[in-house]
Amino acid sequence: MTDFTARITMPETARRGDVVPIRVIIRHPMEREITAEGLTPLPRRIIHSFRVTYAGEEVFRMALSAGVTANPYVAFTTIATETGTLHFEWLEDGGAVHRREARLVVTA
Amino acid sequence: MKRAAAALLCCMGLAQADGVRPARDFLSPELRAQQDDPSRHPGWLWVDEGEALWRAGERSCQSCHGDVAAMAGVAARYPAVAADGALLNLELRIERCREEQQGAPRFGYESQALLSLTAAIAQRSRGLAMSVPVDGAAAPFLERGREFYATRQGQLNLSCGQCHDENAGRRLRGDVISSGIGTGYPAYRLEWNTLGSLHRRLRACSLGVRAEQLPLGGADYLALELYLAHRARGMPMEAPGIRR
Repeated sequence: MTDFTARITMPETARRGDVVPIRVIIRHPMEREITAEGLTPLPRRIIHSFRVTYAGEEVFRMALSAGVTANPYVAFTTIATETGTLHFEWLEDGGAVHRREARLVVTA
Repeated sequence: MKRAAAALLCCMGLAQADGVRPARDFLSPELRAQQDDPSRHPGWLWVDEGEALWRAGERSCQSCHGDVAAMAGVAARYPAVAADGALLNLELRIERCREEQQGAPRFGYESQALLSLTAAIAQRSRGLAMSVPVDGAAAPFLERGREFYATRQGQLNLSCGQCHDENAGRRLRGDVISSGIGTGYPAYRLEWNTLGSLHRRLRACSLGVRAEQLPLGGADYLALELYLAHRARGMPMEAPGIRR
């Protein structure tokens, strides 16, 4: 079973110029590394970057540290410009990349 | 005036047998808002996965029960006594269904898959009033649960009611003591950073009074779960809840 799941909440349509709220919650353990004596060592494995592009242009980027909670929730806004696809991309330690996308229809 | 107050207290006593209040009343306004908002409630990640599991495989849950929406109200009637006389909570009911109807191995208590399915089914009863049957075959289990609830336990020598009846609403360390009903479980507990079952929470209670932590799905916790569900009769289901 994969330990990455994403829930993206945003409107499907917006009027041009509207502020579009986007809420993203992901399921990820954000393992910050176990090194203490007597415990089974575990390498750090967190989502360290989160990037969102909209119609080919980057609209949101975030660096996440080992201090961020498991299953982090991120909310941000963007401005509706044209009908297009938002690509969500999460980069994980070890090189794994998780991707999701959502469509936004923009009316005049 | 005094008499009027006494009469009022008496009425309240009748309406709410033991002063039990819904679990959500004890949450901070922020947590309550988060519990009500699926877009920022991590518990919904498990609900999503549970609904996918509901449809997965050839002999899926869906192939017998239909859409998971048909499970509305089911969780509000658990734990329940099965045909063979065993008391089953929702988790164990799913496990049994899996073994007997689907011919598949059990998921295991507290496994992600079982938590997900339980959350998906319990969520369908959100907002509905708890109403477990406690007569007939369930009566002896209820009595056992009531006894467990009332028994002083552990090195701190506390019974459940000494916190959850006598001190409900007051603070204990960083949190507010609730009425101790399990209507929000499986719940996303911030302390755990994950979704967990009521029995996992009960183990934390046992640890808190420095009593023996009983096995998940064990007879004592099951009987207690039935008593708690009975205590919560009429209260709205909140699963998946958010808890400190």
